[in-house]
Amino acid sequence: MAEVAVDKKALIEGERPMLNASYGKLMMWFFLVSDAFTFSGLLIAYGALRVRAGSQGLAWADPEAVFTHTPLLYELFHIEAPLVFVGIMTFILILSSVTMVLAVEAGHRKSRKEVQKWVLLTILGGATFLSCQAYEWYHFIIGTHNGAVILTADELAGVNVGGAETAEGVAVFPVMSREEPGQPQEVLEVRMRNGIRITNPAVISRVNDIVSNPDQYHERFTDGGANMKANEYGPPAFANLFFFVTGFHGTHVFSGVVLLVILFLNVKKGTYEKRGHYEMTEKIGLYWHFVDLVWVFVFTFFYLV
Amino acid sequence: MAAADGASARKSIYRTALILTALTALEFTIAGLKHHLSSTLGLSEGAAGLMVLVTFVVLTIFKAFYIVAEFMHLKHEVKVLAFTIVLPFLFILWLIIGLVVDGDYWGEQTALQNGFEVEQVQPTTMEAPATLTQYYG
Repeated sequence: MAEVAVDKKALIEGERPMLNASYGKLMMWFFLVSDAFTFSGLLIAYGALRVRAGSQGLAWADPEAVFTHTPLLYELFHIEAPLVFVGIMTFILILSSVTMVLAVEAGHRKSRKEVQKWVLLTILGGATFLSCQAYEWYHFIIGTHNGAVILTADELAGVNVGGAETAEGVAVFPVMSREEPGQPQEVLEVRMRNGIRITNPAVISRVNDIVSNPDQYHERFTDGGANMKANEYGPPAFANLFFFVTGFHGTHVFSGVVLLVILFLNVKKGTYEKRGHYEMTEKIGLYWHFVDLVWVFVFTFFYLV
Repeated sequence: MAAADGASARKSIYRTALILTALTALEFTIAGLKHHLSSTLGLSEGAAGLMVLVTFVVLTIFKAFYIVAEFMHLKHEVKVLAFTIVLPFLFILWLIIGLVVDGDYWGEQTALQNGFEVEQVQPTTMEAPATLTQYYG
């Protein structure tokens, strides 16, 4: 009566061997759990390093001051709109999640035309999101005007700058103290673009002088920006985590778009019609919603808090 | 099943989409108003900041719930499957508490070593590993 041999049918798409779910969907869920652990690790590292900077007395970057560029508003009218663009990006990703779930729903009804339409719209949403991310990275790396401070050779006497000097001098990024009521912010650390930290108190107090009198020293300020070693926004860990976390998320979006293109071509060819079900749409849909889910957390902890 | 079922499923999809959009818009509005909170409500800066943080976390968890439960369909799966996926995240809760507390301690130690004054440092004989402080400064 009961056969205890390996049930080969269980591995076939469309069968539901356990927990009323197919083998493929179960494995996608387990993959997503492990991927969620990876993202959790990255976001918790962000939290720990940010709390550390705070208890050390260093100011963390203020997202409202960092992410101010919105396409067209900035280029045409020079308007700075804090967080508006990130809000739009979040909305685009949520919309692409909606079109994805509509594709899954159309798959349940085996409506090939509709699946095709919704998957194509999801691909468009994903590609738009990636383009937005490219724009944001560009402005993050280039930086704002007045981001870095130029120091002359005289001011740096006796300091080993490790070949960072240019014709203008040496560009440095000040790391400021936290804002306390009734106390002016001061420069606690100075880093060069190559990441080397200048500890000479005379240099730090000179940079403090320049930063607290921007009108007098306006010609000393130059374009800032960010790299993996130093950045104009705050402690180096801020830019490192920004590149790593949004980059890792962007990689996931890119993989999702690739999977969706394959899905779209197969739907067009009629592969799933022949197979009798659209389960592949559900599995790729799970992945795509997960990418949206991660962004919800990145949006809150990187941009809002 | 086909036609009628599809219509009600689509209705619930659009409802979830509306909720997610509304929650995001709410978060965005709070982000814009958060600097006026302490003066309007007469709270201290710290209390207002904590209130905003808690509000953001709660709204984010709501959004995550709607995405996982409705879009990823987990609410409608077998209960055992749902718990298999959700319960492991208790470990993450533990990791958040552990590493945030440790980050705070680590920062205090670094500040002490750099010669800055720190409020409320507890007397201790432990020190942050020398190699790490040298590296992260």
